[in-house]
Amino acid sequence: MENNKHRICHINPDWKQFSRVKRLFKISDIMPDFFFKKVVFLSGLAVLLLVISILVSLVIDSMPSIKAFGFRFFTVRIWDPVFEEYGALPFITGTIITSFLALLISVPFSLAVSIYLGGDFIREKSFFAGFLKNSVDLLSGIPSVVYGFFGLFLVVPVIRYLQTKFGIAPYGVGIFTASVILSIMIIPFSASLGREIIQMVPAEIKEAGYSLGSTRFEVIRYIVLPYCRSGIIAGILLALGRAIGETMAVTMVIGNSNLMPSNIFAPGNTMASVIANEFTEAVSHLHLSSLVEIGVVLFMVTTIISVTGKIIIKRFTVHT
Amino acid sequence: MRQLKKRIVKDFFFSLIIIVMAFSACIPLFLILGFIIKNGASSINLDFFIHLPKPVGEQGGGILNAIIGTFIITGIAFLLATPLSILAGIYLSENRKNAFSEILRTSVDILSSIPSIVIGIIAYLWIVKPMKTFSALSGGIALAIIMLPVVIKSTEETFAIIPYGLKEASFALGVPYYRTILKVILPAGLSGVITGTLIAISRIAGETAPLLFTAFGNPFMNLNLTKPMNTIPLVVFNYTTSPYEQWHKIAWAAALVLLIIVLTLNIFSRIISKKWKVKF
Amino acid sequence: MESQILKIENFSAGFGKCLVLKNIDFSVEQNRITAIMGPSGCGKTTLIRCINRMHEFSPGAVFSGKILLHDEDIYSINPIIVRRKIGMVFQRPNPFPTMSIYENVISGFILNGIKLKKGERDHIVVNSLQKAGLWEEVKDNLHRRGTFLSGGQQQRLCIARALAMNPDILLLDEPTSSLDPKSTLLIEQLMEELKQSITILIVTHNIAQAARISDYVAFLYLGELMEFGLSKEVFTAPKNKKTEEYLTGKFG
Repeated sequence: MENNKHRICHINPDWKQFSRVKRLFKISDIMPDFFFKKVVFLSGLAVLLLVISILVSLVIDSMPSIKAFGFRFFTVRIWDPVFEEYGALPFITGTIITSFLALLISVPFSLAVSIYLGGDFIREKSFFAGFLKNSVDLLSGIPSVVYGFFGLFLVVPVIRYLQTKFGIAPYGVGIFTASVILSIMIIPFSASLGREIIQMVPAEIKEAGYSLGSTRFEVIRYIVLPYCRSGIIAGILLALGRAIGETMAVTMVIGNSNLMPSNIFAPGNTMASVIANEFTEAVSHLHLSSLVEIGVVLFMVTTIISVTGKIIIKRFTVHT
Repeated sequence: MRQLKKRIVKDFFFSLIIIVMAFSACIPLFLILGFIIKNGASSINLDFFIHLPKPVGEQGGGILNAIIGTFIITGIAFLLATPLSILAGIYLSENRKNAFSEILRTSVDILSSIPSIVIGIIAYLWIVKPMKTFSALSGGIALAIIMLPVVIKSTEETFAIIPYGLKEASFALGVPYYRTILKVILPAGLSGVITGTLIAISRIAGETAPLLFTAFGNPFMNLNLTKPMNTIPLVVFNYTTSPYEQWHKIAWAAALVLLIIVLTLNIFSRIISKKWKVKF
Repeated sequence: MESQILKIENFSAGFGKCLVLKNIDFSVEQNRITAIMGPSGCGKTTLIRCINRMHEFSPGAVFSGKILLHDEDIYSINPIIVRRKIGMVFQRPNPFPTMSIYENVISGFILNGIKLKKGERDHIVVNSLQKAGLWEEVKDNLHRRGTFLSGGQQQRLCIARALAMNPDILLLDEPTSSLDPKSTLLIEQLMEELKQSITILIVTHNIAQAARISDYVAFLYLGELMEFGLSKEVFTAPKNKKTEEYLTGKFG
């Protein structure tokens, strides 16, 4: 039997099969399916084109700034709309410090939540597990601007009080305050992902540990956490991506200073917050273009971080 | 024996730390809720919902324009994003493995990771700049772009777990492909799609960053889609960062209203996903 | 004189370069039960999926040869029409979870957008459920979800759903493999009654079941038709050595 003798059928009617079918059947039976599949495909294509055109459009509009400053844009620490000199270093620094500080604060908490809900402490259906899970989920539902509001009216006074106590210039607002708010905002992301990852640890290997007489601490420390390491790191990466792109809450409490921050309590700006602050006020072409370039950097960084995170999770899930 | 005791003590303190830290993670939630409800409730009254903002110095005033604006702009986003995302979600769930769907899946991931402020820039470049004016429409488009990946993902995930046997049953009855998708698969996954859409709406209803230079905000009542429009999150932002005590009070109340809207949608979506769950 | 409703002529099918059915040739008599049996992986399921053109939904599906329904090649008819004339019931019961029992029975009409009058609808539902032997059990719960029924009841609901379309042939793909013995018995009795009005083709890996219910039997082994004939003859005096080995439990 030669293979070319077989008629080949595809689930998708392509033009070739369509023309074959047209000869044999009434077109009216086939057309709706044909168009439906085309419409569905075109919707997918539209989404793809949207993402591509977002990137292209950002790059085109940041061209003036890229041409004017080149790589200097990332190393110069002066951002001066009056003299049209734009260097993003203070904001890059601000973003790096706030997001890593926020991670540092939030990771112990989100890890605790993940471990607690991960299975060895409590039954999944129990009241406390449901309470904790729902609270953390609700935390992720609160709008960014409400966090900023909360930060400005409650966290800032507390920090200002502490700063006077310890003899630091009492701004209240600043990089540290922003990090605290950010850390609260990103707990839900790494916590819910961490919980899912920890729940994927097969019961058998945990039981093996317990049957050797290990305590719960030892099982979690030496079996569960090493098993989940890559998944937990992915969760932290995704939270980092969130923290870097977060705008409103940060803008409201960071103090909005375009100078290089001298310490973590000083006011500053992040890449996102400087866009929020200056975009509507940018009159000159170059100023706007520089802000768009910051947007491109934000786009690139968050994309790389979250796509990496998602790849790690995919590997982890397949591997398990 | 001493070693065993040490291990048990260690285990005890470990458990204690985990439990204390886990539960302290929800303290901020109750601080935020308590704080805003306590202060916001005192500034809320009927006037707040049916009046427009008043200039600084005058008592009272409300945020009627912002409430209406939030509904309009969220509505635009919903109408623009939902059909496209459901169709794209269908494509992804129907074509699990081909090269195009892999690329599309990655680009949806990328879209969902773009910070909302960057989406704001895009809406500014695409709509505001050519039209030479801030507008409700540009705000709606920005929010629609943010909504897309959320609904696409939830549609894909819901449809992916629908057993293949269901589709087979429909095909075996001589039902064409498009009718099978629209009349069998879509109803079976409807609760998941609705849940995803509600979560997406609750997220965009609270978005501020992409509206700063698109919808922009407007102290007056405006129903014209090509003019700047106010929304509740913009009120919270603008009034909180203003120096006037009077306006802070409005910000409190607006934050409370926003929180109620967003959390209600959020909780509602959870209930739907539980109650309407289709048993296969 | 019995008439042959379905003729399978020199039919091969497979996935990509891998052929799972090789040159199958046999005919199905009207109003008889024909069983297709064989060890797992012999191509039984592929064969009946080809008969109502479900095979082509599988990625890389290929075929050659002819399947004639009333002497007309089904591969030159719109698959949608073929599937309405040849009903199918699957291994696992798959009622539509979003529909009531009533809607499930007439789902073929609902989903195809065929409008029926209330009277016609009721008539079809009652008639099909009676034929499927489910009427007495569900007549008070017609508007409950189909998924609340037991596995055996769900499977009979799926049979009623296929019967509602008034097909010429009913294909059953191991319809009892996920059911308990009692439900299996019910479905076997049902088939005996149904053959008065319809032609049945059943795939089974259960030799006893094939012997109990079938009039004709086809034995497939590694994609080839080893033996086809009256069940009485095949089960008592198999001509093919492989068939004999299979029937006596030497393999499979």
